[in-house]
Amino acid sequence: MDAANDALVKVKNVKKYFPIKGGILKRTIGHLKAVDDVSFSIMKGETLGIVGESGSGKSTLGRVMLRLLDPTEGSIYFNGTDISHLNRRKIRPHRRDMQIVFQDPFASLNSKMSVAELIEEPLIVQSSLTKAERKEQAIEIIEKVGLRAEDRLKYPHEFSGGQRQRISIARALVTRPKFVICDEPVSALDVSIQAQVLNLMKDLQDELGLTYLFIAHDLSVVKHISNRVAVMYLGRIVEIATKKSLYNNAYHPYTQALLTSIPVIDHGQNDIPRKTKIKLTGDLPSPSDPPSGCTFRTRCPMAHERCSLERPELIEKDAGHFVACHLYTE
Amino acid sequence: MKNDPVLEVDQLQTYFYLRDNKVAKAVDGISFSILPGETVAIVGESGSGKSITALSIMKLINKPGRIVEGKILLDGEEIHRLSPKQMTKIRGNDIAMIFQEPMTSLNPVYTIGNQIVEIIRKHQNKSKNEAMERAIQLLKTVGIPRAEEIMKEYPHQLSGGMRQRVMIAMAISCDPKLLIADEPTTALDVTIQAQILDLMVEMKERFQMAVLLITHDIGIVSEYADHVLVMYGGQIVEQASAQVLLKDTKHPYTTGLLESLPNIDEDVDRLGTIKGTVPPAYDFPTGCRFSSRCPHVMEKCKLSNPELIEVDKDHFVRCYLYERKEGQ
Repeated sequence: MDAANDALVKVKNVKKYFPIKGGILKRTIGHLKAVDDVSFSIMKGETLGIVGESGSGKSTLGRVMLRLLDPTEGSIYFNGTDISHLNRRKIRPHRRDMQIVFQDPFASLNSKMSVAELIEEPLIVQSSLTKAERKEQAIEIIEKVGLRAEDRLKYPHEFSGGQRQRISIARALVTRPKFVICDEPVSALDVSIQAQVLNLMKDLQDELGLTYLFIAHDLSVVKHISNRVAVMYLGRIVEIATKKSLYNNAYHPYTQALLTSIPVIDHGQNDIPRKTKIKLTGDLPSPSDPPSGCTFRTRCPMAHERCSLERPELIEKDAGHFVACHLYTE
Repeated sequence: MKNDPVLEVDQLQTYFYLRDNKVAKAVDGISFSILPGETVAIVGESGSGKSITALSIMKLINKPGRIVEGKILLDGEEIHRLSPKQMTKIRGNDIAMIFQEPMTSLNPVYTIGNQIVEIIRKHQNKSKNEAMERAIQLLKTVGIPRAEEIMKEYPHQLSGGMRQRVMIAMAISCDPKLLIADEPTTALDVTIQAQILDLMVEMKERFQMAVLLITHDIGIVSEYADHVLVMYGGQIVEQASAQVLLKDTKHPYTTGLLESLPNIDEDVDRLGTIKGTVPPAYDFPTGCRFSSRCPHVMEKCKLSNPELIEVDKDHFVRCYLYERKEGQ
């Protein structure tokens, strides 16, 4: 998976542990392993989807990749440069190439700033453009995301959820980034609006040659937008493959359970046999006290003795299809 | 008895009287009924009036809102005529409701046991010990392990799925005839969602409850509902059995909703969209309320609002593209 040289982003053995403090002296009594030894790369122009349940570490991973959080261990390469240890000043020139769109467009836009101020703000911080140039660049992106140039004088409360998400996208794209992390960008929107935003994101990707990391919990949305998909469970990638391979031929019992848990629409026209559902019992264990060996074994219908002893490594089961499960190691 | 509906709603209208003489017609003339053991789903986007319908049935509409018109019958009894005091006896006893976010419906400063026991003792004449036993039994019924210990824990100590199980335990504690579930799994992960929905089906069958399921997820409708109402702008625009609705979709809004969903079994390059957004409830277009977004809009759609007509047996549509079934 990391063979090609034209990877735009490369994540190598990244770990992010949050200390848990306790006792009267607030000493560190343990670690919450939010991201635990994750490696992958994203090619130029590609969309990598990351799915997982809440608490699986997918959002933390996104924040570590942008250095909004510092990794505990491991390296992050962006365009060939290791950015994992750059200091604040040195990382700044890279920031304009990496942007993020957040989930809730009601919380992520400052309600006291007009659309023009919101969209021009990243340019003030990250470029040396003049006022007129900034305005021009902002108008260009406003029109690209499907808003009108007049809208730039309005305030966020005057827009609906879908339009606000367009503003968030414009704000992320105004610095002309190469790489955009989309953290659940459509999960707060109604389905008809969700479709509009997803189509817009695809169009912008084609037009501007963007590379996306698309984080979501909705497997059908991820499938629609991604080229490759990684499945995370308790801070680790348990399976990563091309979209087609993953959705048609999932190996990991967790991926299989995720895929069969989605309620699907029965249109009654086709004779596709209903997939037998794999039901998981119980909840995600706490990431501060994960099970030994394979962290999924407590909910896995196929767990056997070896799973509690040894942690399975990611192995290449088919070309480009990696899975971390003892079922496939013999 | 068997085929008498548990709930009958007839021409329900709930309006909100806003400032500047604006009237938001949140629910505008809804009629439907639910049989014992049946699940009726209401689907629609935010602002379509689906939650207000549920709150109207519970009579939990506060000022500036008001139920303007309509009848609500529970087992033949006209509950829309009851006083607020009489209504508190119905709520929790005959009708129970579970909400989207269990953390906001559970009290964070009381233990789980405390909260379930309170409900049981409020509605049933039981001693504290009897109520405790019943509470433990209920927690076991909804599949909570270590029920005795969970009784002593606080809501924040439980996961989202567990909290929703507690809510279901509380809801069924008094054997309700009707369970209203307003987006019960929207805040949960898919594997947990499947567990909770299966639990609801099990409870429904075990206690022969009628279930009103409010959701925006058409996948859930397809797998769990018997009958579906599609709401738009406070009105039902299409109504049919779940099977018929998904196979023989008629209303352009329903079609739009289905096409805008990414499908896990098929690949499409672009998703279908419905242009624009849901208009606010105080500013619907004249004529058909969907006319401002409809791809098939005609001149007459802008003039008057079509009636909800039966186009096939038990398949109702509110659209000028369709004509009444022969012989009606």
